[in-house]
Amino acid sequence: MTLLSVENLRIEVSASTAAIVEDLSFAVDRGEFLAIVGESGSGKTAAARAVLGLLPPGLRTAGGRIVLDGIDLANVSARQMRTLRGPIVGMVFQEPMVSLNPAISVGAQMAEGLGLHEGLGNRESRRRCLDMLARVQIRDPERTFDAYPHEFSGGMRQRIMLASVMLLKPKLLIADEPTTALDTLTQREVLDLMVGLARDHGTSVMLITHNLGLVSRYAQRALVLRQGKMVETGTTRQILFSPREAYTKRLVEALPRRGATTKARQGGEPLVSVRGLKVGFAGRQRLFRRDNGVSAVNGVDLDIAMGETVAVVGGSGSGKTTLGRAMLRLIPTSGGEIRFRGRDVTATIDRDFRLASQLVFQDPYSSLDPRMRVGEIVAEPLRHVPQLTTTERDRRVDTMLEEVGLAGLAARWPHELSGGQRQRIAIARAIVREPAFVVADEPVSALDMTIQAQVLKLFERLQAQYGFACLFISHDLAAVEQVADRVVVMQGGRIVEQGSRDDVFDRPRHDYTKALLAAAPVLDFAGATAERASG
Amino acid sequence: MRMRANTAIGGTLIALLLGAALTGAFWTPFDPLRINLRARLQAPSSLHWFGTDEFGRDVLSRIMVGASASVVIALITVLLAVTAGMVIGCAAGYIRGWVDRIIMAINDALLAFPGILLALAVMIVVGANKAGLILALGLAYIPSVVRVVRGTVLSIREKEYVEASRVIGNSEAYSMFRHVMPNAIAPVAVLATSMFGWVLLAESALSFLGLGVPPPAPTWGNMLAASRPFMETAAWLSIAPGLCIALTLLGINLLGDSLRDRLDPRMAHG
Repeated sequence: MTLLSVENLRIEVSASTAAIVEDLSFAVDRGEFLAIVGESGSGKTAAARAVLGLLPPGLRTAGGRIVLDGIDLANVSARQMRTLRGPIVGMVFQEPMVSLNPAISVGAQMAEGLGLHEGLGNRESRRRCLDMLARVQIRDPERTFDAYPHEFSGGMRQRIMLASVMLLKPKLLIADEPTTALDTLTQREVLDLMVGLARDHGTSVMLITHNLGLVSRYAQRALVLRQGKMVETGTTRQILFSPREAYTKRLVEALPRRGATTKARQGGEPLVSVRGLKVGFAGRQRLFRRDNGVSAVNGVDLDIAMGETVAVVGGSGSGKTTLGRAMLRLIPTSGGEIRFRGRDVTATIDRDFRLASQLVFQDPYSSLDPRMRVGEIVAEPLRHVPQLTTTERDRRVDTMLEEVGLAGLAARWPHELSGGQRQRIAIARAIVREPAFVVADEPVSALDMTIQAQVLKLFERLQAQYGFACLFISHDLAAVEQVADRVVVMQGGRIVEQGSRDDVFDRPRHDYTKALLAAAPVLDFAGATAERASG
Repeated sequence: MRMRANTAIGGTLIALLLGAALTGAFWTPFDPLRINLRARLQAPSSLHWFGTDEFGRDVLSRIMVGASASVVIALITVLLAVTAGMVIGCAAGYIRGWVDRIIMAINDALLAFPGILLALAVMIVVGANKAGLILALGLAYIPSVVRVVRGTVLSIREKEYVEASRVIGNSEAYSMFRHVMPNAIAPVAVLATSMFGWVLLAESALSFLGLGVPPPAPTWGNMLAASRPFMETAAWLSIAPGLCIALTLLGINLLGDSLRDRLDPRMAHG
């Protein structure tokens, strides 16, 4: 039986009548789990928001019919729409850090909906909230009820968000990239909870995502959107394993595959070598004492050979980013030593090391100075190359831009470029001085999936060409599997397992590694039964 | 479209102002200082467009001469406060540590003082003349710029492009001037345009207290101050300089907004 049916939906930009979503038709049955797959700009979020009647300003529904639970939304006033949001349709947002109001306690926020839609008294609504918090496996519901959002991690907040939406037992739950901001393990926990809750209440789920691994694990049906138009729809199995359309095939092919390992140069001293590295953050200064500090990296030994790619994986808070920053001497260490080409660079500021090492950041939107043109950004590292004439410098910048596939864009501003193009610029800036050692901190996790594949390929090609060693920090095991020669697994600031990529992926020894691998949303090409939400 | 209209209005107002100030330096309809007691407190007429004051001096001529004085004072003061405030605020926010603590301690102490009192104290030390006025008002407005800049810099210094600059091997000073400071300009530009108005008003307040540019040389501020006793009988005396100050502020604000957007590459196409 159909819960939601959308027919010929068209969403326009109010100012220009350009279509964001065009001629989109789909239906969600009661209790069904539908995934809407698309890259940024595909209109997937706009389509979902149209169902809620919550299009952002500047967009408007320009045609088509949305029928939700037998009600045609075209005939529904804004006031009536409000009574539908909550009990009929609920939404979980992408960014748990900003979707809870920081000034109101968790309990008060959860109870808000109950008071509004069901008119429950304080005691009754408190009891319902506590039950729901326990249901989403929050350890201490009583304390959580009175606590404020900032006291919780992203994963916890997303559970709270989920709990407060599911309290009203909506018939349709719209989840817009609910776990994109979370690490792999937390992602799995939150989604498992979501699916369990939906099954308990008979709720249909509309999951908006760009992650095909998640689609394969949870969804029964999937719908692929591209630039506002539906490309293909069908059962998950059919979409993923026998896609009909070229675009869907490209999406599936863009999933990282295991590549060949580059043979690291054997023998001789390692390029970078770390022994017993410790990084601690001092505790907060109270009136008479100092709080106990946190040690983010606690005794790490690591060798990186020339031209080798070592991947560091782990959940958030495992210390992998801190390790990368410490190895570049960007944050002070509190113990251990770092050697570069056999020289101790731990304490002294070693100019050679600084000039031979580089960093690629996760977020291409904040890593480029908005007031510099692309050419200036890529040219900046060359300031420190002695005796370089202006013509030589310009030539190297042009060559580099060509290498990353952005020839002729030197005069553009960063804000004129897409996320993938920006990340290429960031990579170009890191490589233009031909460094020996590059730390890449989650270099593709902010990008769309087809773009991820391109950037990873580019990175591999550049590495083969320029021969730099790379510390590849990521929580995305699929990307790691594609690029890494060796894998290091970190948990709580320590290395719990390290080995060649094939060893770690095929024969994991440590429990944490096994848990990470099990949680990784990968496509099961062997066709073994993927875990299904229901039915 | 809307932005272009704003730019046009702002530009026209400022062009008028500059035109008046420039013309006033060479030619005025009457001698702005000549006292003519037979023509005192005359309402606007075809002879005296803006009327005459209590000494029979032509108000239009005084406004024109006052324009250059007031605008020069306000412009230099704002430039002084913004430049010094940018450097001090950037240093505090970027270097942090004890530099920050010392700068901010002094800064907060100065902020706790009403700006006009501070300016008054400085004026008494350096004397009542144009240079003294500029120095006093400039000093009085530095602390608020420092506050704003430091706050902005605190968030910018954590941006990854600043870290990227460090990884490249740039010195801290270079990173600060090349990457941090340009990105901290937007809020300061907003502050500077409103500060221009405060300075015009502060100049009139100080002139009113007898500490501004000494009479009989006209500034908009001391004309406004002098008009107070005649507010009921000769309203044009306060309306003329008041309107000039208000329109100048409007012009500066409109032009400042579009200038700021023009300077920001992200807004250039907006």
